[in-house]
Amino acid sequence: MYDPTVARLTYRALLGRRRALILGALPLLLIVISVIVRALVGADDQTAADLLGSLALATMVPIIGVIAGTGAIGPEIDDGSVVYLLSKPIKRPTIIFTKLIVAIAVTMVFSALPTLIAGFVLNGNGQQIAVAYTVAALVSSIAYAALFLLLGTVSRHAVVFGLVYALVWEALFGSLVPGARTLSVQQWSLAVAHKVAGGDLVTSDVGLTTATVFLVAVTVLATWYAGQKLRSLTLAGEE
Amino acid sequence: MTTLSIDHVSRWFGNVVAVNDITMTIGPGVTGLLGPNGAGKSTLINMMGGFLAPSTGSVTLDGQQVWRNEAIYKHIGVVPEREAMYDFLTGREFVVANAELHGLGAKAAQKALATVEMEYAQDRKISTYSKGMRQRVKMASALVHDPSLLLLDEPFNGMDPRQRMQLMDLLRRMGDEGRTVLFSSHILEEVEQLAWHIEVVVAGRHAASGDFRKIRRLMTDRPHRYLVRSSDDRALAAALIADPSTSGIEVDLAEGALRIQAVDFGRFTVLLPRVARDHGIRLLTVSPSDESLESVFSYLVAA
Repeated sequence: MYDPTVARLTYRALLGRRRALILGALPLLLIVISVIVRALVGADDQTAADLLGSLALATMVPIIGVIAGTGAIGPEIDDGSVVYLLSKPIKRPTIIFTKLIVAIAVTMVFSALPTLIAGFVLNGNGQQIAVAYTVAALVSSIAYAALFLLLGTVSRHAVVFGLVYALVWEALFGSLVPGARTLSVQQWSLAVAHKVAGGDLVTSDVGLTTATVFLVAVTVLATWYAGQKLRSLTLAGEE
Repeated sequence: MTTLSIDHVSRWFGNVVAVNDITMTIGPGVTGLLGPNGAGKSTLINMMGGFLAPSTGSVTLDGQQVWRNEAIYKHIGVVPEREAMYDFLTGREFVVANAELHGLGAKAAQKALATVEMEYAQDRKISTYSKGMRQRVKMASALVHDPSLLLLDEPFNGMDPRQRMQLMDLLRRMGDEGRTVLFSSHILEEVEQLAWHIEVVVAGRHAASGDFRKIRRLMTDRPHRYLVRSSDDRALAAALIADPSTSGIEVDLAEGALRIQAVDFGRFTVLLPRVARDHGIRLLTVSPSDESLESVFSYLVAA
């Protein structure tokens, strides 16, 4: 199910180009803001929860997920170099699964790790807030990577759609329409974070069971469907 | 012995028919797939390589379906037309990766790099390669698993004459070794120099198939049309029509010229200046009016 060569090619494509700069910029921004807030406000649990919830989990994680998820396959399909993977006796789902693992790993490293650091900077992990949001970032990394990898497989405009989903649906629509929050990766991961932190600082609109079912279902279905789409991917000629 | 069979294959994109009911069999040796740009060559090659599903019909390699059959790539090497190829890798890294994807190691990659004579630049980034170097590294990646079928889409595009000759030598060698090599081109001379066998595709249809000499003869023996202006068009017309190499002459009053249809190309080209000289007529314009590749091909379709 996992091909080390596909993984190597994907890592190098993801981390080699300008993407690495964007991937690195957001986490850096989060940490810098955390340092400033800590210096100005001091260690405050509510502030830490607010900042990690809005900036880290609602904004940074999905954006990193879009960049890593779509970037793991989209550019190869766009420029046609995916032909070098497709013209090999390797099962298409293996290619997708491998790329998913890479996308998850990259999303986790560039979103969960900085979330943990920012959490410790903000309030020294008081009330387990840093750990709770880090767990949420880890969990949502998996679902986002799977969703956006699928998007990168089916659409040439994956980054745009991905950002629209991440910023409009998750951040804006979700805060206005209560029903939309049930269908939000962010809320599902918050349900898991709530379990870790306890208390009222980290809350979610969905229960833990629902959240877990949705997280697993979305990840599995998106990955399966991406594998199917890759099996039937057609490379049109340049004529 | 590897035989690629294309059986009543059509492919359409929406309302556009790119490939129209083509049946052909590609056997060992070098086969040229010839046709003007936009004839459907790439679409056909993509179907042969399993990167595009035929709308109807089937593509099989020694009886096995090509579409949606990953295992078939143990036998197929593909050299795509598109340039993109993991430019951030070195040539060696790229070919090694291709070898690994076939379950092979660095040794197979090294052998393939040696075959295409790219060892000298193997440690340079692909982004620094010239068109010809890219083409050769692509070849190495396609040869790494010693495939019995090699598919190349417009492999000579943008290559300089020396690179072209090198690649031709290489493909000829592959053919001599008993591999089935198919390459596409829109340039007749390329195909003529290299292919033992030609398949001609025009406007999505299979126009001709067979030995290149036969097809070449068909191409040169076709009726040629000329537009001729002279100091005395009618006298020239009268003198020319007496010869069997000319099948028709029209006096185009609007253009102030003769439109001549010649059936014997070789004889007519000798006849025209001689007749003009004998009758004291000055030739002002002699221009072939249908020498475009498209018209040559469309004649083949009709033949």
